[in-house]
Amino acid sequence: MVKRVISSDLDAARQLAGDVLRHVESEGYAEGVCFAIRLALEEALINAIRHGSKFDQAKKITVSADVGEQRTAITIADEGAGFDPAAVPDPTADENLEKPSGRGIMLMRAYMDEVQYNDRGNEVRMVKYKS
Amino acid sequence: MNDQTPRLAITQQGAVTVVELMDKKILDEAAIAEIGEAMFAQVAEVADPKMVVDFVNVAHMSSSMLGALITLNKRVREKGGSLCLCNICPSIYEVFVITRLNEVFQICDGRAQAVQRAT
Repeated sequence: MVKRVISSDLDAARQLAGDVLRHVESEGYAEGVCFAIRLALEEALINAIRHGSKFDQAKKITVSADVGEQRTAITIADEGAGFDPAAVPDPTADENLEKPSGRGIMLMRAYMDEVQYNDRGNEVRMVKYKS
Repeated sequence: MNDQTPRLAITQQGAVTVVELMDKKILDEAAIAEIGEAMFAQVAEVADPKMVVDFVNVAHMSSSMLGALITLNKRVREKGGSLCLCNICPSIYEVFVITRLNEVFQICDGRAQAVQRAT
């Protein structure tokens, strides 16, 4: 289990993501599964920093990653006001296709087996099964 | 990659500007901004930009980089130019498919084909 509280800093987030991925790789997850976890984790951390913390490094992000033989479960919580994930526009809709942002959550849902937000919208739990 | 290593290698093949992305992992927001600005500058310099972006070194990329590419594509199109992406590894190509951006960008397998498409 990796559990850490980091400042809302992209370098800290990247280092944390690297640590989590090393745990995942050491458990023998396939390359494609590692890619999926890395992508979803990076997107979720960037969202927490950008939208949750508004890049305020005084705000903390809490990350826990339970890397097991069968699956990896990652929870990321920020100190932001939260949001309604259902209100995020579909980035694959024709009218949104060429917008420069808004794909993070969709990619998280595409690459992870489970993605759930808490009611407030400031915490996300993602699960990826090993096979 | 240290601070001294360039993030892009830019060469000319005839009228086509070839931008080879040098980072294996394009995840850092500051790096993405730097890469984006360098590519935008290339487009701004010519009246009819023809550009290839080569992903041969890239193994991981965040959605912010997709945003930079979308902006690049728009700027190229606004000037009546052409942009083609190439050497995208299967795992990253899947990201383009999932996001439907494979329908937005011209994507070729190899650099030679991409240069020909962009010409």
